[in-house]
Amino acid sequence: MGISISNISKSYKNVKALQNISFDVKPNELFGLIGPDGAGKTTLFRILTTLLFPDQGTATVAGFDVVGDYKEIRKNVGYMPGRFSLYQDLTVEENLNFFATIFGTTIDENYDLIKDIYVQIEPFKDRRAGKLSGGMKQKLALSCALIHKPKVLFLDEPTTGVDPVSRKEFWEMLKRLQQKGITILVSTPYMDEAALCDRVALIQDGKILQIDTPKAIVKHYPKPIYNVRSNNMYQLIRSLKDYEFNHSIYPFGEFVHYTDSRTDFNPKELQKYLEAQNLSDIEIEQTEATIEDTFMELAK
Amino acid sequence: MNKVIQVEGLTKMFGDFTAVDAITFDVKKGEIFGFLGANGAGKTTAIKMLIGISNPTSGNATVAGFDVLTNPNDIKKNIGYMSQRFALYDDLTVKENITFFGGIYGLSRKRIKEKSEALIKELGLEKVASQLVGSLPLGWKQKLSFSVALIHDPKIVFLDEPTGGVDPITRRQFWEMIYKAANQGTTVFVTTHYMDEAEYCDRVSIMVNGKIEAMDTPKKLKEQFQADSMNDVFLKLARG
Repeated sequence: MGISISNISKSYKNVKALQNISFDVKPNELFGLIGPDGAGKTTLFRILTTLLFPDQGTATVAGFDVVGDYKEIRKNVGYMPGRFSLYQDLTVEENLNFFATIFGTTIDENYDLIKDIYVQIEPFKDRRAGKLSGGMKQKLALSCALIHKPKVLFLDEPTTGVDPVSRKEFWEMLKRLQQKGITILVSTPYMDEAALCDRVALIQDGKILQIDTPKAIVKHYPKPIYNVRSNNMYQLIRSLKDYEFNHSIYPFGEFVHYTDSRTDFNPKELQKYLEAQNLSDIEIEQTEATIEDTFMELAK
Repeated sequence: MNKVIQVEGLTKMFGDFTAVDAITFDVKKGEIFGFLGANGAGKTTAIKMLIGISNPTSGNATVAGFDVLTNPNDIKKNIGYMSQRFALYDDLTVKENITFFGGIYGLSRKRIKEKSEALIKELGLEKVASQLVGSLPLGWKQKLSFSVALIHDPKIVFLDEPTGGVDPITRRQFWEMIYKAANQGTTVFVTTHYMDEAEYCDRVSIMVNGKIEAMDTPKKLKEQFQADSMNDVFLKLARG
């Protein structure tokens, strides 16, 4: 029971939010939609969760058509929007109870599914949702999205603005949910999270740039890529930008990722050039591309 | 070395809860200082004290030469501030925003005009200068609001998660702007959840439960925690 998206387009006035998007999410897959703000991720989520009509194209979720069978979809999916959307002035437990009741179930009936997550906020079950910390709100929202045991789970940027430790914990939770048989479509602006998905779609400006496993995406990077380092990052970037043979220059942590426009690039030549620019402690060595390198190359 | 931020034993309590627990550090002129920590570690509370909008419970701090307790208004004139949430007015145009913030900081009309033209040219915003800021992509907005935060040539600029959600290419262009500003002597105080960006800082501090648990250059922190990346350093430390 996965997701099938076929030639979906959606525009708002003169903004083309989605342009002819097609892809499938397999049953029980953990699928990542990777792209920055404004790429169209939320629009796609809203169409798939039956909150918005597409202008063109069709899609099915868990076997149901997003337009014709919208009521069935709503029973079978969980949706955690990017913005916290629970009732701020209900307590933790009241929120969970409310969502269970709406879907004709009880907390007890599906407690197994949310147990791992809910135990972490259970000590605060009498606290109003509005008074929770960001991390706790996120766990409550996920519990509420799961309480009716959905077949497909939609998570729109669940980790945006979340620190690296909490992000890591959140992804561990997702992996456990996947093991329970749930299909998961998750969006994120953090490229490093792509590696944690079974497959990903890279999306920008309403278009899919590429769809594949994270490993295959990285493998298909078209050029050899080099880590370059020197004593002065800013001067290094400027010097590389002035280098006539550069193809791309992107800072990556302590290095700059550099690709050359020539096929017979010799790092020693670049070394000499950088030395002539008064840079020192220069290191140049070949490295592996990341998802982010691929994204930037495709988005260029 | 010229220290533009000096913090000693700075503490903030809310009732029984110690949000910021006796933090002590200095930031030098022209330095890019990364101020990291998990959500809820106390970063925002600390920044609010440093920019003069929240009084410390105890301890001292001077920012741009002014005491946070006795001269908070002088601090506000001498720093720039930009956050992910509040940046610019969506229903003013690019030009109007620049003029508005220039006016707030007391720049002359002539100076505002010069600044406005230079800034629009540098950011390549000529075609959209008369459009509402709300219609611009997030990346452009963030680059514009950084430039606006520098419009009065402040000694220090505070950036609170400036690149959250921004696309990877724009995120890097943004950091080039940071390098350029630092190179011209502006001190940059920045928070981020992107650990690759922590590597771009001259020095980094990591806050855990209100205390600064580590502070050094990214290179030395990685040695100290025997970690390959700042992400690993953070994961080792910040679980708290």
